Amino acid sequence: MLTPVTPTIRSRPVYAPLEPRPGRLHLMVADGEGADALIELLAKANNRSEILSSAHVIYAPGPNGTDRSDVLKALGLRQFFRAPTIPALLPRLVRVLADAHMGTQFYLAGTEGLIGQAEREIMATGFPMGAIQKEHRGSTVRRVQCVHCKGITENVATDPFKCSHCGLNLFVRDHYSRRIAAFQGVNIDAEDPGQVPEPVVRFK
Amino acid sequence: MSGGAKLRVRVDSVTPVNDLIKRFRFVALDGSDLPAFSGGAHTVVEMDDHGTRRLNPYSLMSSPADRSAYEISVRRDDQGRGGSLFMHRHVTPGMEMTLSYPVNLFPLDTRARKHLMIAGGIGITPFLAQIAQLDQFGGRFELHYAARSRVLGAYMDRLTAAHPSQVHCYFDEENQAIDLSRLLATQPIGTHLYVCGPKGMINWVLSSAEAMGWPRLALHHEEFLAPGTGLPFEVQLAASGKTITVGTTQSLLEAMEAAGVDAPYLCRGGACGQCETNVHKCDGKILHRDHWLSPEEHAANAKIMPCVSRFEGKTLVIDR
Repeated sequence: MLTPVTPTIRSRPVYAPLEPRPGRLHLMVADGEGADALIELLAKANNRSEILSSAHVIYAPGPNGTDRSDVLKALGLRQFFRAPTIPALLPRLVRVLADAHMGTQFYLAGTEGLIGQAEREIMATGFPMGAIQKEHRGSTVRRVQCVHCKGITENVATDPFKCSHCGLNLFVRDHYSRRIAAFQGVNIDAEDPGQVPEPVVRFK
Repeated sequence: MSGGAKLRVRVDSVTPVNDLIKRFRFVALDGSDLPAFSGGAHTVVEMDDHGTRRLNPYSLMSSPADRSAYEISVRRDDQGRGGSLFMHRHVTPGMEMTLSYPVNLFPLDTRARKHLMIAGGIGITPFLAQIAQLDQFGGRFELHYAARSRVLGAYMDRLTAAHPSQVHCYFDEENQAIDLSRLLATQPIGTHLYVCGPKGMINWVLSSAEAMGWPRLALHHEEFLAPGTGLPFEVQLAASGKTITVGTTQSLLEAMEAAGVDAPYLCRGGACGQCETNVHKCDGKILHRDHWLSPEEHAANAKIMPCVSRFEGKTLVIDR
């Protein structure tokens, strides 16, 4: 099932189930439980074999260790590529985009970190953001940029958390940057240094 | 006053381009720079055609970098309502005229990796300004331009001389046609498509692209509709308390203006949405002719675009 997102401020991304659309290449980028979204997408397509024969799946295990590579490989995709991590997955996507043509459909599924970073690479080509399908699945841990030192901390689970670069205590906002593909973290004890609320696990 | 701020200009020159097209160059009355515009913008030209007020939208074709003048090209339509005939027969150098400020409903999406332009006939005009803009600021483009014959291919010589490898011309008379499916299949990701020309061409290009998986957000088109003629009809204007009759060759918007009602407008061609008006009562059928309202809104008959749409039936009451 699609991971539910509570709409808060306008900048907070929202997601919808993937739908099959016409295309000459179906480029699917997923991590972890995002694999299930791809499987359900194929299940509801009335031209499943046509999509499979023109599908390229680029996949990485999720931050929680979920790895559905074997299931995806068994689908009979035209091309399947498994990367060990998201940073190792992105150069493959960039290389595929360099040769891709209009008529390509994009399907992104999995954690918000994966979706946001893949979306950023696709948008950089000039492809309209509103035409990229995105379905959030699995872990809700966040990719957060410290607005003070600009360092990015991956897989943030608690709020507040300590910036992995400068050590400031950061409050995790829903304010999201598409350009950076990260939520924004703001120092929570700037006025009263040391007055830091007890961290709560908000993202799992 | 509706339609935005106006510009007073003088006709600087009138140049025949071919049997059907004339080019008009306008300069500000006081010789100052005209307002800046971007490629794809249009202006609405006001004409006083022997007592009949005509307002027609025309794409600006001159370079956006040159603010000393605006240029438009007008194709004569002998079967039209008379605006283009007035321009061809009665507009001469030295004449003073009124233009609207430029409005752009057909801009380049500058995030695109490449711009694919498809023009049919007089639909070339917005692309002339867009290409001038790309010449100045950089940007990859390709133009596919179809005309009836070599003689009627306005500005083809100029375009092919400046951009021999980017401009491709096709002539109906020589049975040449754009190989659309190959063209649409070979564009790099991040290409945006722009089409301007006859309705049939626009529909062909847009529907082919969508069927091949191009997203609508990467497809841009512009088509100014002439209001079109029809049977006369009566309309009640609720806000101003008037009842008017719209003549055969008049638009509802023009009839309101003739009755002294200051109704909003910008493009006068069914594209911009500015004149959208609520319908209080409709006992009959609205003949929707705009590109603005959705098919659902057309079916609901709760809104009308007075610049192009008409009515058939007993009673139409609108909020104006």
